[in-house]
Amino acid sequence: MGLDFTVVPAHLDIILLGCAWTIGIAVAAALLSFFGGIVFAVIALYAPWIIRQPFRLLEWVFMGTPLLLQLFLIYFGLVQIGIDLPAFVAGIIGLGLHFAVYNSELIQTAILSVDKGQMEAARTVGLSRGQALRKVVIPQAVRDVIPPIGNNMIALLKDSALVSVIGVSELTLSAQRAIGATYRPFEFYLVAALFYYAINLCMEWVQRRIERRIAISR
Amino acid sequence: MSDKSHFVEIRHAQKSFGALEVLKDISLNVERGQIVAIIGPSGSGKSTLLRAINDLDPLTGGEVWLDGVQVNKNLPHRQYEKHINEMRQDVGMVFQHFNLFPHLTARENVTMAPKMLKGLSSAEADKLAEEQLEKVGMLDRIEYYPSRLSGGQKQRVAIARALAMKPKLMLFDEATSALDPELVDEVNAVMKKLAEEHMTMIIVTHEMDFAASVCDRVLFMDQGVVVEEGPPSVVFKNPSKDRTKEFLRKHLAGAN
Ligand SMILES: Nc1ncnc2c1ncn2[C@@H]1O[C@H](COP(=O)(O)OP(=O)(O)O)[C@@H](O)[C@H]1O
Ligand SMILES: [Mg+2]
Repeated sequence: MGLDFTVVPAHLDIILLGCAWTIGIAVAAALLSFFGGIVFAVIALYAPWIIRQPFRLLEWVFMGTPLLLQLFLIYFGLVQIGIDLPAFVAGIIGLGLHFAVYNSELIQTAILSVDKGQMEAARTVGLSRGQALRKVVIPQAVRDVIPPIGNNMIALLKDSALVSVIGVSELTLSAQRAIGATYRPFEFYLVAALFYYAINLCMEWVQRRIERRIAISR
Repeated sequence: MSDKSHFVEIRHAQKSFGALEVLKDISLNVERGQIVAIIGPSGSGKSTLLRAINDLDPLTGGEVWLDGVQVNKNLPHRQYEKHINEMRQDVGMVFQHFNLFPHLTARENVTMAPKMLKGLSSAEADKLAEEQLEKVGMLDRIEYYPSRLSGGQKQRVAIARALAMKPKLMLFDEATSALDPELVDEVNAVMKKLAEEHMTMIIVTHEMDFAASVCDRVLFMDQGVVVEEGPPSVVFKNPSKDRTKEFLRKHLAGAN
């Protein structure tokens, strides 16, 4: 039995819907991981001990355990303490925080390598430490790590397939549903792969645009 | 307050980095509109003294007063931060390595602090940027990012950035030391212009000719103390201390 892609169009609506979910979840989680990464980095570097320590623990949980377990914990675990999140929200939070921790590592290193003179110059004109971080140090640090953060975002897109296990009908789960109806795994997994690849290309395009904009000011 | 008759007053400044004592009981008064040069060998504490004035390197002993207000006064942490941020708005500082903000254009470098701290509207800020950049001869580069400016141009933008806060006092820490020789004059010209406008300035420099031509007073520092001070005609032409003579001899010989 050879490949037969004629079965695909009839189920394309499911696949496209799944694709939309994947894009939505990936974009939301990417934004969360980016801004969360900045916040985590600032906490790790500058917050008082009493705030930093609990954060360390959180960081360890997100770096040291499987993402799958984290998703289960957020979706099934939190219900027990009365936090009942919709599956896609749990998925966004899990993915977002997981990658925020990785982004935070990058951003911390970048913040520390911004020339000390930048903070001094900002303080000299009267900015507070917080203002100087926000307007001078962090923007420079973030620019320096756009390429590795971009890599993390592509990993995030791929890992977004994991939210299927908590029942979000994203691309992978949609493909599985189409397969359930047609018994055509190869075709539908290939179609799903193609869509992932297309989303990936879009993300790389966005990243290149950001990098080019930054390059103007270098 | 009224007995603080000097515009800038440094009283018994003492500074240690760990066990290393860098400033040893330095006192210095600067009057409004005066221009003071600080010269001395590398490591003598010139930068540390300058940076104590705006509390970038807080003193471990002694007091700094500016226009009747103590800069390094004893306040609880939060109040002190607020106080020092306000004081710093009145003190412009220019660094050897410019420290322009590389992610901002010349215009944005100049307008950032006035916009944030003085609540200037965009229109007011733009007008200010144009004024200040015009003054340092950089108006035609207003939309340039620092990466596309020469060292001399960067330093002139850095001066405009400092002037945009309308400081009462300007501090220059070897503003021309990192520049190629042919770019030194354009920065010196801007500093001379400020001198003509009677800006109060404290200038750490290695350029004896420049110091002699613009300064009212010269301080020679060595190993954390002021060895000799006086008008440039005396300190440069007729120094009384051996250490000053030796420094000048070495330095003038080395410069040529
Ligand atoms: N942040 C610092 N930590 C430790 N030592 C410092 C620091 N800043 C300056 N010093 C030391 O203080 C001395 C005076 O430095 P500085 O004021 O920069 O001298 P100058 O500007 O005259 O060359 C030097 O010995 C220098 O190594
Ligand atoms: Mg120095």
